[in-house]
Amino acid sequence: MSDTGQGALPIAVRNVTKTYGDVFALNDVSLDVKSGEFLTLLGPSGSGKTTLLMVLAGFTRPDSGSLKFGEDEMIRTAPHLRDVGMVFQNYALFPHMSVAANVGYPLKLRKTPKDEMDRRVEAALETVQLGGYGERGITQLSGGQKQRVALARSIVFAPRILLMDEPLSALDKKLRDRMQIELRHLHEKLGMTTVYVTHDQREALTMSDRIAVVNHGRIMQLATPQELYEQPANRFVADFIGDSTFLDVTRSGSALGAAGTNLKTTRHVPDGEGLSLMMRPERLHLITGKPAKDENVFEARVTELVYQGESYLLYAHLKDGTEVAVRGAMRAGTFDALPKQGDTVQLGLGVDDTVLLAGEEA
Amino acid sequence: MSAASTLNSDGLARDERLERLKLFGLASPAILLVMVILVIPVGWLFYVSFLGADGSFSLENYERMIERKSYARIFYTTFEVSILTTILCILIGYPLAYFMSQLPNKWANICLITVLLPFWTSLLVRTYAWLVLLQKSGLVNEWGMSLGLWEEPLRLVHNMSGTLIGMVHIMLPFLILPVYSAMRQIDRDYLKAAANLGASPRRAFWTVFFPLSTPGLFAGALMVFVLCLGFFVTPAVLGGGKVIMVSMKIVSNIELFVNWGAASALGVVLLTLTVGILWIASRFLNLDTVSKGGH
Repeated sequence: MSDTGQGALPIAVRNVTKTYGDVFALNDVSLDVKSGEFLTLLGPSGSGKTTLLMVLAGFTRPDSGSLKFGEDEMIRTAPHLRDVGMVFQNYALFPHMSVAANVGYPLKLRKTPKDEMDRRVEAALETVQLGGYGERGITQLSGGQKQRVALARSIVFAPRILLMDEPLSALDKKLRDRMQIELRHLHEKLGMTTVYVTHDQREALTMSDRIAVVNHGRIMQLATPQELYEQPANRFVADFIGDSTFLDVTRSGSALGAAGTNLKTTRHVPDGEGLSLMMRPERLHLITGKPAKDENVFEARVTELVYQGESYLLYAHLKDGTEVAVRGAMRAGTFDALPKQGDTVQLGLGVDDTVLLAGEEA
Repeated sequence: MSAASTLNSDGLARDERLERLKLFGLASPAILLVMVILVIPVGWLFYVSFLGADGSFSLENYERMIERKSYARIFYTTFEVSILTTILCILIGYPLAYFMSQLPNKWANICLITVLLPFWTSLLVRTYAWLVLLQKSGLVNEWGMSLGLWEEPLRLVHNMSGTLIGMVHIMLPFLILPVYSAMRQIDRDYLKAAANLGASPRRAFWTVFFPLSTPGLFAGALMVFVLCLGFFVTPAVLGGGKVIMVSMKIVSNIELFVNWGAASALGVVLLTLTVGILWIASRFLNLDTVSKGGH
């Protein structure tokens, strides 16, 4: 869209704190969002991710801190003067206005001439693939269409920053998957700095340039999706992203052990007590025949085997009683050849996949 | 005939009929009551209004209304009082409902109870209370003069202003309740979205909040207006005979002149006007609902 050629603005959050009574919704949060970046705030409910987004939009007044859009300090600017687009979780489309009136609303407030307004409204609707829907009423739209209208309304006035608060959470899974890709493409096309809030880790991994994992009002880790998944900074992040099982690691000198196995790893070994080993189901595999040299081998007994179509999920107890899961791809005949409940198996974990984590940060 | 298409069809159809019959049975006492206390009397009212003084069919009751200026005056006063009361109720009630709708639940409920509190005392008691407060040597005049706000006692009662004060006080809850309930249903995210899109609080209010509250405002205003049209006690007591509304004329027709025909004709005209206004308003309200897609 030619109207959005103004470029993007970087966001700088500095030492923002917000308390509700004794509870820290945001605890001294600092964060830089690069110009044109798609950054996701990911965290469980009550983690403070939405509070942070509301601080960016101006709907929540923090106790202290600084917020800059580009060079301008924004922390005390009223929401209607911030000039950021926002997509609300429930879309917040005005039910008494048509689709075109909704999308044209921000332009009307900016006193855009009528013909230019019509043109930009239609262009925005075409961007979200709803060309020609202008005359419809809001209640005549499906959930996915509402989502697109809300998106069109938030980009039509060419804001240089776009905020999204779990915009896909009300859609069914298939539509959600498609919209994730579409939003990603739209972001590439429009190039505005985007801050996206979600509790869905897969959505975050799919869409983001970088992800900030938020918990207890703090940013636990800020990294690219790949870094986050492969090298989580702590146990919370490892637990929140992906399905992980953790084993306590014993350390004597430089030797490491878990569940009766001596561990070899190519990864960084953190200092200190309370070390744990992260085991992800798809990184563990069943060993048939002789174990390879570059893997750690765990003895286990199969407790359950689940057929899931594209893959199988095998649950097994390690020697120390921990239950771990193993996921494997399937072809015809794979499932029937798998070990059965009660069988003893050997599980392999490659040394590159042997990730050790320090204990959970406070 | 294939067995699959008719399996149990007779029994299921009978169940369906039985259910409807039961529903009708449950509603029948209410239907009967409406018949006895509403339809039959109103029909009788119509009938009587077309009887002349000698008991034969005649249009004299209606002709008199057209001929005599005093009747036009009475209808004018009735509408004047009703419209003014409605407007004052909107001006006072809408901001109050707005204030209540923005309060946290607990405080809003306390406010709601205070709004409803007057319902627990009798209409007559409240009207006479106003008489006491507003009279020449009443509390309002005493305080006003002792504070130096005015010199001479104001004529606050036995006139239009007294009538309006009393009417507004009594009608206010009927306006506040539907407006408040409409406002409570307005998602606060709408206002946030408006602000985010660049609307100042004032713009957001007039372009988003107010339009979304209008169904409640229409309902409340209509209720107040229609109730005012037939109101008797308050204008009779506080108007001091200077504010004569249709209801009062009906009473005098019966009590003083024992002219049931004339009273019935007045009732019929008032009823017709009220129904007409309701009909126009309901079309208006329906249109509003349609534009919101049956919200």
